[in-house]
Amino acid sequence: MKVDAEPPASAEPPILSVQGIGKRFGARQALRAVSFDVTPGELVAVVGPNGAGKTTLLSILAGVQRPSAGTVLSPASAEGRGVIGWAPQAPALYSKLSVEENLLLFARLEKVADPEGAVARMLEHTGLRERARDRVELLSGGNRQRVNVALGLIADPQVLALDEPSSALDPRQRARLWEFLGALARRSAAARSTSVLFSTHHLGEVRRYATRAIVLADGELLFDGTPAELIAAGDRGEDDLEGAFVAFLAECGH
Amino acid sequence: MRWLLLKDLLILRRSRLLLAMLIVYPVALALLIGLAISRSPSRPRVAVVDETPPGQTVQVGSERVQVSQYAQQLFSQVVTVREPSRARAVQQVQQGRVLAAVVIPRDLAARLSSSIAPARLEVIYNGDALEQSLVRSTLNSALAQANLGFSEQIQQAAAKAIDLLLAGGNVEILGAPPNLIGLSQIPPALHEILARQPPGPERRQLERISSFAGFAAQNLSLSKTVLQTVSQPIQVKSTLLHGRRTPLNTFAVVVAVSVSLMFIGVLLAAGGVALEREERVLVRLVRGLVTRERLLVEKALLSAACSFVVAFAMLAGVSAFVALDWSRVGLWLAALAFGAVAFGALGVAIGALAREVRAASLLAFLLSLPLAFLALVPAGSVAVGIYDAIGVVSFAFPFKASLEALDAAVNGASPSIGSPLVHLAGLMVLFAALARVGLRRVD
Repeated sequence: MKVDAEPPASAEPPILSVQGIGKRFGARQALRAVSFDVTPGELVAVVGPNGAGKTTLLSILAGVQRPSAGTVLSPASAEGRGVIGWAPQAPALYSKLSVEENLLLFARLEKVADPEGAVARMLEHTGLRERARDRVELLSGGNRQRVNVALGLIADPQVLALDEPSSALDPRQRARLWEFLGALARRSAAARSTSVLFSTHHLGEVRRYATRAIVLADGELLFDGTPAELIAAGDRGEDDLEGAFVAFLAECGH
Repeated sequence: MRWLLLKDLLILRRSRLLLAMLIVYPVALALLIGLAISRSPSRPRVAVVDETPPGQTVQVGSERVQVSQYAQQLFSQVVTVREPSRARAVQQVQQGRVLAAVVIPRDLAARLSSSIAPARLEVIYNGDALEQSLVRSTLNSALAQANLGFSEQIQQAAAKAIDLLLAGGNVEILGAPPNLIGLSQIPPALHEILARQPPGPERRQLERISSFAGFAAQNLSLSKTVLQTVSQPIQVKSTLLHGRRTPLNTFAVVVAVSVSLMFIGVLLAAGGVALEREERVLVRLVRGLVTRERLLVEKALLSAACSFVVAFAMLAGVSAFVALDWSRVGLWLAALAFGAVAFGALGVAIGALAREVRAASLLAFLLSLPLAFLALVPAGSVAVGIYDAIGVVSFAFPFKASLEALDAAVNGASPSIGSPLVHLAGLMVLFAALARVGLRRVD
C-alpha cells in the first residue's frame, strides 16, 4: 500500500528531483521506482526499518553509487556552489590530520574558490574553531560527527545528504547538531540556504526537526508528507509519531 | 593529485613508528640476507682424536708416507678441537661444543698398508635431523678432500717407486743392494750377452727373459698414467654459458637492495590504499573528487618514490665498502625505477583487495618474503617440477625481474637489462588492472 501524501506546497522550484530511482544488487532489489522532489529550505527525513534502502538512496543522491534505473535531476550549481554535499553514517575523516587540515584538503579537492575562507567559515558554523588544530583521532565521537558534517558542507552545497547523522551522539550533542542543521535550512535563499535530507531511526527527531518525512520499506517509497500527516496516516488518534509509524508499516504489510 | 600526495606525506611524517619500521626493517633484513649470501659457509668445529702413534708411516714400495699427513688434510677442512681420547670427544659432542668428532684409529697405517682390510675412521655426531644432515654432508666433503689429498701423496710415492724399478738406482730400504739395475736397462744388457751366446737352450732361455723384461718395462711405464687417472678420475672444467661472472658480494648487494625496494614499495602502497578504505574516506573521494585510477596512480608513485630513494641510498652507501661501477649509474636508476613502480603496483593491488590496513600489511609480508626466497632458489637444488612451479610464481611477481634488472645494471650480469624491464612494465599493467578491479567497490 502506498499513501499518496500531499507533496508540500512550495512556491520555489525543486532543487533536487528524484525520478523513478531503482537499484538492484544481484537478485536483491534495494530500491523500486522511488520518486520525490526537494525544495529549498526543506529538512527531509528518510525513515524506514532496517534494510529499507535509506542508505542506498542517500548514496545514489551523493553520487557514491549509480542507480540501476531512474534519474536524479538537479539544476546546475549556482554561483560556484556544490549541488549535493554528503556525510556518511560513520565519520569519513583522516584521523592523523587535524580538523582544519581535513577541511582544507576537501575544500581543495572540491575546488572551492577560497578554500581557506571556506574552512574558516565552516569552523565558525560548527563551533570547532577551538579544536581546529587538534588531530581527528583525539576528538570525541560527537565532534568527529560535526567534522564529518562540516566536510559535507565545505563546498556550500544546495542539498546536504546525511546518513543517520545523530546515531553515535548523546542527547545533548544531538540537540546541538539539529540546531546547527536547522539554522542552515532556515537561512533565506538569498543567504544561500541548504536543504537537508537525512535518514534516521529517531522518530522524535523527525517530529521535532523535519519539515517532511519520506517512508521507505523494502526499497519502496510508502509515504511522502509532513510528520503530522504521517501521524494521521497511522490512524492512532494521538500525537505519537513512533506508534503511528509502526502502525502505518503494519497497515502497509511491513 | 598534488593535494593527495601532500596529505599522504603529512600522514607518513606523523606516523613515525611506521616510517621507522618501513625503513629499518627492510634494511636490516636486506643486510642479513646480504651477509648470509656473501659469507662462505664457516668451517665446522670438529673434535679430532688421533690415536695413531707419532711418526707412523705407510710403506709404498721404497717410499714412506706419514699417516699424520692424513690428519693434517682433514684438519684443513674443519676447525679442529684436538681431544686426547674418544670418551672426551663424545662428551664434547654431547655438550654441543663441537658438531662432531672424528676418531683416527691406532691401526690406520697397518690397514692402509694391508690390501685386505680397508682403513676406517669413526665419526660421532649428535643433534636434530637438520643438524645431522649438515654434519654428515660437511664431514663427508671434508673426508673426501682429505682422502683425495692423501691418495695423491700415495700415488706420488708409488710413481717414484715405479720410476726406480724402471730406471734403477739406489733403494732407500735397509739391506737393499746398492745401484740396482732398472727393468728398462735389462733388455739392452741381455742383448749384449746374447750376441756372444751360441745357439742352444741357454740362449733361448735368455731371449725369453729379455722379451719379458722389455714387456714388463713397457707396461710398468703405462701404470704411472693409470695411477694418476685412478687418484683423480674426473677433473672439472668450468664454463659460464653467458654473461660475465658476478662476484658473490656484489650479487649480495643487489639482493639486499631488491629486498628493500620490494618491502618499502609493497607495504607502503598496500597500506596507503587500505588506509583510505579503513578511514572510510574512499567513498568521499570517489564521488567525483578523485577518480579511482588517479588515486591508485598516486599511491603507487608515492610508494615507488620512497622505495626508490631508500634503495638508491643503500646502493650509494654500500659502494663505500663494495666496489660498484658508478659509470653504470644510469642503468641502476632505470632498474630501480622500474622495480619500484612494479612493486608499487603490486602494493596497490594488495591494498585494494585486502580492504583494511592490517590485512593488507599481513598479506604484503606473507607474499613478499617467500617471493624473495623463491627467486633465489638455484636451478637443480630442487626437483624439476618444483623448480618449474617456482619459475611460474617468480615470473608472475616483480621480485625476480627486479633482481635480474638490478643485477644486469650493477654487475652487467645476464640477461641484459632490457628483457627484465619489459617484464616489469608488463607486471605494472597487470597489477594496476587488478587494483582497479579491487577498488570497484568502495564501501
